[in-house]
Amino acid sequence: MSTGTGLGPAPTAPRPDPGSPDRPGRGPGRRTLASSDARAGLALISPTLVIVLAMVIVPIIWTLLLAFQRLRLLNLRSSGLFGEFTLNNFDNVFAAPTFWGALATTLAYSVLGTAGAIGLGLVAALALRRPFRGRGLVRAVMLLPYVAPIVAATFAWSTMLNPQFGVANHWGTRLLGWDEPIAFLSQRSSDISLFGLSIGVPTALLTVIAFEAWRSFPFAFLFLTARLQAVPATLEEAATVDGATLTQRFRYVVLPQLLPTIAVLAVLRFIWTFNNFDDIYLLTGGGAGTEVVAVSVFNALTARGDIGGAAAQALVLAAILAALIGLYLWRFAPREERS
Amino acid sequence: MATATGNWTRDTVETRVFGVLRIVTIVLLLIITIFPFYYMVLLSLRPLDRVLQDPGALWVPPSEVSLDSYGSVVAPPSAGGQGFLIFMANSALVAFGTVALTLLVALPGAYAVSRLQFFGRRQISVLFLAVYLFPPILLAVPLFVFFTRIGLRGTLVGLLLVYISQVVAVSIYMLRNYFDTVPVSLEEAAAIDGCSRLGVMWRISLPLAMPAIIANALFIFMIAWNEFLFALLFLIEERDRWTVSLGLSQLAGSIEIPTTVLMAGSVIVTVPIIVVFFASERLLTEGLTAGAEKG
Repeated sequence: MSTGTGLGPAPTAPRPDPGSPDRPGRGPGRRTLASSDARAGLALISPTLVIVLAMVIVPIIWTLLLAFQRLRLLNLRSSGLFGEFTLNNFDNVFAAPTFWGALATTLAYSVLGTAGAIGLGLVAALALRRPFRGRGLVRAVMLLPYVAPIVAATFAWSTMLNPQFGVANHWGTRLLGWDEPIAFLSQRSSDISLFGLSIGVPTALLTVIAFEAWRSFPFAFLFLTARLQAVPATLEEAATVDGATLTQRFRYVVLPQLLPTIAVLAVLRFIWTFNNFDDIYLLTGGGAGTEVVAVSVFNALTARGDIGGAAAQALVLAAILAALIGLYLWRFAPREERS
Repeated sequence: MATATGNWTRDTVETRVFGVLRIVTIVLLLIITIFPFYYMVLLSLRPLDRVLQDPGALWVPPSEVSLDSYGSVVAPPSAGGQGFLIFMANSALVAFGTVALTLLVALPGAYAVSRLQFFGRRQISVLFLAVYLFPPILLAVPLFVFFTRIGLRGTLVGLLLVYISQVVAVSIYMLRNYFDTVPVSLEEAAAIDGCSRLGVMWRISLPLAMPAIIANALFIFMIAWNEFLFALLFLIEERDRWTVSLGLSQLAGSIEIPTTVLMAGSVIVTVPIIVVFFASERLLTEGLTAGAEKG
């Protein structure tokens, strides 16, 4: 063994001396393997890097450039990559009352949609916790709203809620005593009398929030179910022996274990709801007080052909999102995430 | 002893109440998740005039069932239909293309991130996470401009490229989680037996990761089939290249097409997803939530 290096042909790469006494597998021999690993690693990841770079990173940087230029769809082919830089787009964005309205709508939609989705998901996860016949099938069915194509789901909803021949208004006027059909998706606000008080309610906004909760609760349900399965049964058994009731066991044993998962879910759902375009565009087209910033960016881009303005709005949206997430992580991040 | 009895009764009450509540909740949840899909199928099977006469019907009598809506939505525009067959072919092309190309790119990448120490490995994971959380509408603007200028807007190839870039990060994340669970010792054994790095990947790691790869492929398929925003941005002017999602959304805006026909279209869009989902439900949920139970 100690003569190994002397026998074979001279190695081109620096080889370890196998005979050296301090060789518990961590000697210089690992360096060649490590460097070839490093090269192979970079080679294997590079196609991904190229695609992400070309289709994500460069476009993001480009958005920065576009946001500071007066660029319209009409003169797109004639203009260069670097035009005249100006702050006009941002002036227009911040000066427009519609932008602040859209931002407020986006925030309300994101917060309430996230809360609704996680609340419903938690209820579903707890209700389906104990095994019963057919639970697997019920669990799978619970995921349908999340996996179904968004276009089909929104179309089914808007037909159901249709004031003329929708099933919701048909039964609402007959069974629930509604005076007249409710235009859920095209009515900005309606008055609801509650204990003699008349309260204005943003009908369309609440409807799209309800849709968001319906569409996204399976995601929360899935992750909370996975987390619930990992709660050790012994803890609850011990609490039961000590006389804790069902609600007490939930409040003091189960819920604390779910909180970190709920926190992560809240961040993820908030981000995705904040960025959401499809649902609102397909349900209301951004009308009736439901225009969120993503829809407003789309309209600026396609309806008005205002590329610079669309880019500026999108950037402001991303910046606000980043600020909110940063604030959350800085303020509430409980402990370091294990990777 | 008195307190113990008191707790016992409270416990009994709670157990009973929540036992009933639990069943009620499960039934309600089942209704709200299934009903929109049931309603979709229901309307697609009823003739339009019957729907307008009796919009509240929750059941379609067998004598009333008609498949005319499906015929009308599938027939080519020249025959007075909506041409959904073309849309489906486009969607299938884009979805299968996205699956194949993404796996081709993501498999080596995931293997590298899971197994190999290389410069910037940790940063890459963070970068990919950031990509996944970025607003897609932010990318929409420059990509729209870029594709318009190089003439890729209105082509399925452009859409395919965008889809790959959108799913490759989450694909690598899912596959990496799986590679992490495959014992390294198996690969080391093969390496000692003289297998090269690529040989190890091909003969050991890939076959072992097959369940995760299939789950991942189905996941990507669903994303690509369902995608709407980029299809809308890039393809809206080219009716021949519309995907099913885009086609359905565009036709839903027109007044001339009966709702029942569009409901048949919705069913056609949804059925492939439901089939794929139920075929892969277990694989998918495990792949998505892998590691989530660690807290």
